[in-house]
Amino acid sequence: MNENAAWTADREALKEALPPLTPHEALVEATRCLMCFDAPCTHACPTHIDIPKFIKKIYTGNLRGSARTILESNLLGATCARVCPVQELCEGACVLGSEHKPIAIGRLQRFAMDYIYCKGADVFAKAAPTGKKVAVVGGGPAGLSCAGELAKRGHEVTLFEKREYAGGLSTFGIIGLREPVVIALAEVEMIERLGVRVETHREIGKDLQLAELQSNFGAVFLGLGLGATPNLGIPGEEQILDGLDYIEQSKMNGHALKVGKNVVVIGAGNTAIDCATIAKRLGAEHVTMIYRRTASEMTAYPHEYDFIKKEGVRFEFLSQPIRVHVKNGVVAGLECVHMVLGPKDASGRPAPRPVEGSHFVIEGDQVVKAIGQEKSSLAARLNLKLHRGYIAVDETLQTSLPGVYAGGDCIRAVGAASTVMAVQDGKIAARAIHERLVGRG
Amino acid sequence: MADLSINFAGIRSPNPFWLASAPPSNSGAQVHRAFEAGWGGAVWKTIGAPVLNVSNRYGAWHYGGQKMLAINNVELISDRPLEQNLREIAEVKRAWPDRAVIVSAMVESKPEAWHEIIRKIQDTGADGIELNYGCPHGMSERGMGSAVGQVPEYCERITGWVMQVAKIPVIVKLTPNISNIVMPARAAVAAGANALSLINTLNSIIGVDLNTLELVPNIGGKGGHGGYAGPAVKPIALNMLSALGTDEVVSKSRLPISGMGGISTWADAAEFLLLGSSSLQVCTAVMHYGFRIIEDLCDGLANWMDEKGFQTIPEVVGKSVHRVSDFKNFDLSFKAVARIDQEKCIRCDLCYVACNDTAHQCIDLIAKDGSVVPPGSYDVRSNGKEAAVSTRPMVKVREEDCVGCRLCFNVCPVENCIQMVEEPPERPSLTWEELTQKQREVTEDWEKMKEYRAKMGIQIH
Repeated sequence: MNENAAWTADREALKEALPPLTPHEALVEATRCLMCFDAPCTHACPTHIDIPKFIKKIYTGNLRGSARTILESNLLGATCARVCPVQELCEGACVLGSEHKPIAIGRLQRFAMDYIYCKGADVFAKAAPTGKKVAVVGGGPAGLSCAGELAKRGHEVTLFEKREYAGGLSTFGIIGLREPVVIALAEVEMIERLGVRVETHREIGKDLQLAELQSNFGAVFLGLGLGATPNLGIPGEEQILDGLDYIEQSKMNGHALKVGKNVVVIGAGNTAIDCATIAKRLGAEHVTMIYRRTASEMTAYPHEYDFIKKEGVRFEFLSQPIRVHVKNGVVAGLECVHMVLGPKDASGRPAPRPVEGSHFVIEGDQVVKAIGQEKSSLAARLNLKLHRGYIAVDETLQTSLPGVYAGGDCIRAVGAASTVMAVQDGKIAARAIHERLVGRG
Repeated sequence: MADLSINFAGIRSPNPFWLASAPPSNSGAQVHRAFEAGWGGAVWKTIGAPVLNVSNRYGAWHYGGQKMLAINNVELISDRPLEQNLREIAEVKRAWPDRAVIVSAMVESKPEAWHEIIRKIQDTGADGIELNYGCPHGMSERGMGSAVGQVPEYCERITGWVMQVAKIPVIVKLTPNISNIVMPARAAVAAGANALSLINTLNSIIGVDLNTLELVPNIGGKGGHGGYAGPAVKPIALNMLSALGTDEVVSKSRLPISGMGGISTWADAAEFLLLGSSSLQVCTAVMHYGFRIIEDLCDGLANWMDEKGFQTIPEVVGKSVHRVSDFKNFDLSFKAVARIDQEKCIRCDLCYVACNDTAHQCIDLIAKDGSVVPPGSYDVRSNGKEAAVSTRPMVKVREEDCVGCRLCFNVCPVENCIQMVEEPPERPSLTWEELTQKQREVTEDWEKMKEYRAKMGIQIH
């Protein structure tokens, strides 16, 4: 990991929150693991990492074997160890959860991953070249996973990334408290060492055409992610900062990020919580999150909600922004209206509607919105069949175009979008692409 | 409140816990502090022949993140001058008249050497003498310690020399590094010893350093066997203790036995008492945590005795000895099967894999619809805690196929989740001994055994 890179200029307050386990802590924790047979944690993990196996290897001191066990199922094990909602997945299913404390699976996974990355060792030998070429579009978790899995099988993979660095949200969009940039980039480098050629500043629909990829490569994988944060359509919107940009700045150029004294964050998902955390940790006196529904409908994980309450962030539930107040060219506050919940809407959640005459103003000098991302408009432009606005795929993650596969957030019409699901998509698609290129076996 | 005091072959102490002859009882200052902490007695670290010690004396075996499941050592007997030890023994005894001060001794195998050391010890006012026939390293190379304990004749002869001059109780300490512990014990009985103690440490090599390939502990590039002690040796000690309790000669002699070998808690202590120890010696646990552990040793033992209605230590001593028996006397018709409490089960499936891979394949995974499923039968596309927990099959014993091996009971991590349930016997009570007497041919010929099984309806799964 390159400790001297500019992005390590993360501000102190946003350094990775959890310290690494010490070898003794890891041993004690690994010892606690019962080594369940056919373990529920493994079932709960979307990539089905053999968790008891990697933990047992920590216990026996076989850290290289432990790391290999993780990476065999999940090439982005270092990111997932940090960003996975383990409470909802492996740790949530741990048999020790009911009476005791579940095993700290995420932190043990990080222990094994840190070992292998700090050592600079690779656990996979390159397979003999197959002579088959695959293009992967998008360097986020889905693309990296797919590219790495295919390279492991000996295929010649080129990964096209529109930005300066690959890694997607792991690099740019997850608060440094949980995942520092160096971790995401170390994984990109590992994928490159597997034989993947990463071309940055290459964007499909601009300097790269799908038809061209289809004719030059044996198969194409699209890990396009999602689009921009949608517009609220309220007066003064141009004064509102974009949540993902806010997080990106805090990670890539933390010292340049200007945080208000009184920050209002619109939204109640995990990204909104990251934005509120950044504001609070970088010096905002007051941070208020506003959400048009209530705590029971918010999309942030319960443990994230617990976390942000402890950070001292205030919530205004059942409130919808209607106008940004600007005085002398600077933000002065956000005017909102109170809401009530009505019958369920298309998302299955109660639809909020405004209460007449309930306008109020939250004073603030900075407003950040993190209200989800739009579906990628690219999918339609590529003439791919859509499902609920996302790219439609079959069981093998093949799109409506033969030989073109997709995975990650751009296909996530059902279920929660997450890094680990994207990694699994990459694996599934890689298997299908491999079979397409060289047949089964 | 239970009375913990004991009278062991005439040696009295306010509780049955003595420091074993070892580093914790190396000096007057240490024993003084141990008595302040509440120890009932101390067996002074062995005095006798002159010695020189080495560095890196102790190795330890750590397991499962727990330190010191066992310790091994190549430390010799006391390397402090004899006269200093004797002076301090006298001082400690004067200061603590109610505590047991026993002195362990080991000298060259010559009558005059033994006579001299015994007289010197008696002059200190000590309450008793322990003959160290057990030390398995160093001293044994010089014909002392376990070199004596391993040869019953030596054991008898030397004890005889000691008894010629002994005026205070003499305890013979036995080595476990022998195929039959009863033999040296009988020798001690024959020589007129007043009591026995066991076990001394076991021969052991703790391990090899995988970086340097040196032995652990490393003594200037070399290493070797040392005496092994601590929690790991307790079952071995209990077996040897029971062997003495059930031996006709030893039990008839009614010599009291001071038990030791891995006693770390009051519960360990109670087990030693139940199998025939009437005093208890402790070393490794003290070396791990210090003298302060005496508080819970006494408190826990007294609480257990109160709960069980025992008022004095003698009431407990040997209470379980009559249950110690041999395989040939076990009831072949006794039947127990494993039963899993589904309410308590946390679905770790450790019982399933243990039974299925290494025992008798009689635990099944049962899906919600009641069908038997193989492991890993979930849809690999499913994930998340809800799916993982809600679709997890339950483990169930096919009791008709269970042989009652008790492996699942042992691996289950949940208290009282798996119970071995006693079932009514399907046949009249019969032991192997009785079978041998009644139908010897069945015990010697497989064909006859098959016929016998068919007749009795015995099915082996």
